[in-house]
Amino acid sequence: MDQIQQTLLEQIAGLHELPAGAYNIRANGKSAARNTTANIDIITKEDKQGIDIKIKDNTKKESVHIPVILSQTGLTEMVYNDFYIGDNCDVTIVAGCGIHNSGSQESRHDGIHSFFIGKNSHVKYVEKHYGSGDGNGENVMNPTTIVHVGEGSFMEMETVQIRGIDSTKRTTTCDLEKDAKLVITERLMTHGKQYAESDFQVDLNGENSSTNLISRAVAKEDSRQLFVAKINGNNKCAGHSECDAIIMDNAKISAIPEITANHLDAALIHEAAIGKIAGEQIIKLMTLGLTEAEAEEQIVNGFLK
Amino acid sequence: MLELRDLSFEVTPENGAKKEIIRNINLTIEDHSLTAITGPNGGGKSTLAKLIMGIEKPTGGQILYNGQDITNLSVTDRAKFGISFAFQQPVRFKGIKVKDLITLASGTKLSTVDACEYLSKVGLCARDYINRDVDASLSGGELKRIEIATIIARNTPLSVFDEPEAGIDLWSFNNLIKVFEDMKSARENSLIIISHQERILNIADNIIVIADGKVKEQGAAKNLLPHLLSGTGGCKFYQ
Ligand SMILES: Nc1ncnc2c1ncn2[C@@H]1O[C@H](COP(=O)(O)OP(=O)(O)OP(=O)(O)O)[C@@H](O)[C@H]1O
Ligand SMILES: [Mg+2]
Repeated sequence: MDQIQQTLLEQIAGLHELPAGAYNIRANGKSAARNTTANIDIITKEDKQGIDIKIKDNTKKESVHIPVILSQTGLTEMVYNDFYIGDNCDVTIVAGCGIHNSGSQESRHDGIHSFFIGKNSHVKYVEKHYGSGDGNGENVMNPTTIVHVGEGSFMEMETVQIRGIDSTKRTTTCDLEKDAKLVITERLMTHGKQYAESDFQVDLNGENSSTNLISRAVAKEDSRQLFVAKINGNNKCAGHSECDAIIMDNAKISAIPEITANHLDAALIHEAAIGKIAGEQIIKLMTLGLTEAEAEEQIVNGFLK
Repeated sequence: MLELRDLSFEVTPENGAKKEIIRNINLTIEDHSLTAITGPNGGGKSTLAKLIMGIEKPTGGQILYNGQDITNLSVTDRAKFGISFAFQQPVRFKGIKVKDLITLASGTKLSTVDACEYLSKVGLCARDYINRDVDASLSGGELKRIEIATIIARNTPLSVFDEPEAGIDLWSFNNLIKVFEDMKSARENSLIIISHQERILNIADNIIVIADGKVKEQGAAKNLLPHLLSGTGGCKFYQ
């Protein structure tokens, strides 16, 4: 693995060396390293690009890292990763994609991640996206995430995209069974001429299922963002979505929350707030000796933390 | 030394006529002194403080600090020059922690222990607050005390407090008086405290009464206080 690939790996997975537990590192379209454990198996798909990750019942306190890095300009790929998580598990899955494009062609990674979560399991899923490179080639990522949360299970999903991705459309579709819970936290920052779209759909099918979608976004310069959150309450359930966004310069953000109650005991709430940084926040930090630019940076960093 | 020369501030609301908020104020704040500014609501006290900090720009007159004309300096430059300002209504932030704010104020890398010390001075149990966000979850009084802690952490030659006592409970108020007395007895820094509280006026060296955008009265506290606190003076200024 070369220096550029190492840097990408550090950015998206915080990895300085090979991680403990199960992992599969995909670099420039090929599997670069893999490790399985007694409870976690990773199998290459036969019919298409991608892997199956199988986690046995009762697997506790184990982790799987599946970072993807692209450092070759002009590479486009479509990858399918399927996660089968058994009953009574407690696992952390860290995915992420780093692109370094120093050429003039588009580099593109489209990933479809499907999660099949059994009963009474807790899954923490972390996904980071990062792009770098000094070429004119665009970095494009279109991640799709499909999640089935089984009875009594809890899925926690954290996605972060802070820099370097020129165009992204993220689609997340989830359905929840009885007593299942889903919490999604998204952090997104765009700048330059970037475009980012985030599309969530959550079906609360089971009795007492619940979800909380939280998005914090900052759009700078000429970038644009679209946030769509749909929650369908099909049973006695609780759903909440929240989009909180800061807009700067000439950026544009649209937030389209949609909640549909198909059951009398569905309790659904959406909140969306978009605005520029409050002038008094900048002034307060300036009274502490920061310049206007430093004050903005502090406020944005804190907001996205 | 801070000098205000013929300082004026007027606003022209979109619909209406010009409004003079500060009218030709001339004032000198000596070094190593505690000056209390008092006077009726709407008299122009906060506006005067904002003019000193540079948050509002005067429409006439000059501000001199240690002999230098700072009238056209930015808020940042004045802050770096050694002026601090505690807001009457402190600002809230999503995602900035109490410790971050105190660290920014101090201008150095602070250990948690150091940051906690500033919070303790304003009567907050530091461990409970240090890692909280300075956001809407803080009560008004908590926020106000954190604001004061940031000014203590800055430790600049001139500190301006806008109604520091507002919303602060009795126990903390005693603490606060002690904070100001300590700052005063150190005799290194000058304080300007906008206040309606007799106990704060009591520890001041000088008192300035601002009403209707003008200095109505000023002088040594020991001379002014008795008649300010007696009904007659009060009636004159607070009608
Ligand atoms: N930007 C502005 N536009 C219009 N009117 C203003 C503006 N700023 C201040 N004022 C008015 O100027 C007057 C002085 O306000 P200021 O906040 O300085 O009063 P204050 O003495 O601090 O009062 P308080 O004791 O209530 O805090 C008030 O009548 C206020 O409404
Ligand atoms: Mg005021």
